[in-house]
Amino acid sequence: MATVEMSFTPLPVHVRTARLVATAVARRSGVEEALLDEVRLAVGEACSRAVEAHQAHCPAEPVRIELTGGNGRFEVVVMDAAEAEEDETAGGEAAPPAGWPSDGNGVANGAGAPAGSAALPQHGLGLAVIAGLADDVQFSRTPGGLSIRMSWPSGGVS
Amino acid sequence: MDLKLDHHTRDGIEVVDVEGEIDVYTAPRLRELLIELVNNGHYQLVVNMEKVEFLDSTGLGVLVGGLKRVRAHDGSLDLVCTQERILKIFRITGLTKVFGIHDTVDEAITARKSEK
Repeated sequence: MATVEMSFTPLPVHVRTARLVATAVARRSGVEEALLDEVRLAVGEACSRAVEAHQAHCPAEPVRIELTGGNGRFEVVVMDAAEAEEDETAGGEAAPPAGWPSDGNGVANGAGAPAGSAALPQHGLGLAVIAGLADDVQFSRTPGGLSIRMSWPSGGVS
Repeated sequence: MDLKLDHHTRDGIEVVDVEGEIDVYTAPRLRELLIELVNNGHYQLVVNMEKVEFLDSTGLGVLVGGLKRVRAHDGSLDLVCTQERILKIFRITGLTKVFGIHDTVDEAITARKSEK
């Protein structure tokens, strides 16, 4: 059972709320202060991605988050209900200028490949940031959409 | 905190002061301002991020978009940022190699002027 379960209307204005709740639960779960910025950023990225996916495919469905602390880990799962997209490579506004270091697939060098990323779409900066921040990341395709599971070490048991 | 934007001209360079959080909700306002400045002929920009409390990939995308726009006019977009928690996302994405990042607005302006 998750410590906190939350769902929110897929609007950009609510992503900040999700960040704040996740950070609060992380702190209560004993995640080190130095890691809380990473938690906030990674959760924000995952929620932003889910919001954009919902707005494109299922704007009436909420984005769901599960926050679980205990047994030395703080875990966040962000779940969307959007259908799989063929190509999520970032383009247009966010396409990098010439000379921007990348591995040719739109993911920045240094971020590494997300764990369990076989057959996953590349999604530009967002997923690269998550992969670079979270201690442990898993991306999973579900029948309904994409699930992003991230975790960090925590000192407390909630 | 929401996003507060202001800008002024110094030594022919437009300095954009940003305060607050730049995320998926607030980033469009920064994007609109950068577009407006370029449309008004300001191609040398310095974005002061010393009072930015949060920056995500949406914000990075806006800054990259701004950089592309000014470069189309042989212009520049430099950043002022000393906060490690903000610099971290630039490092993770490799964008420290793309943007000039300075410790102060004075330093950014001096660096840009010396290249002319």
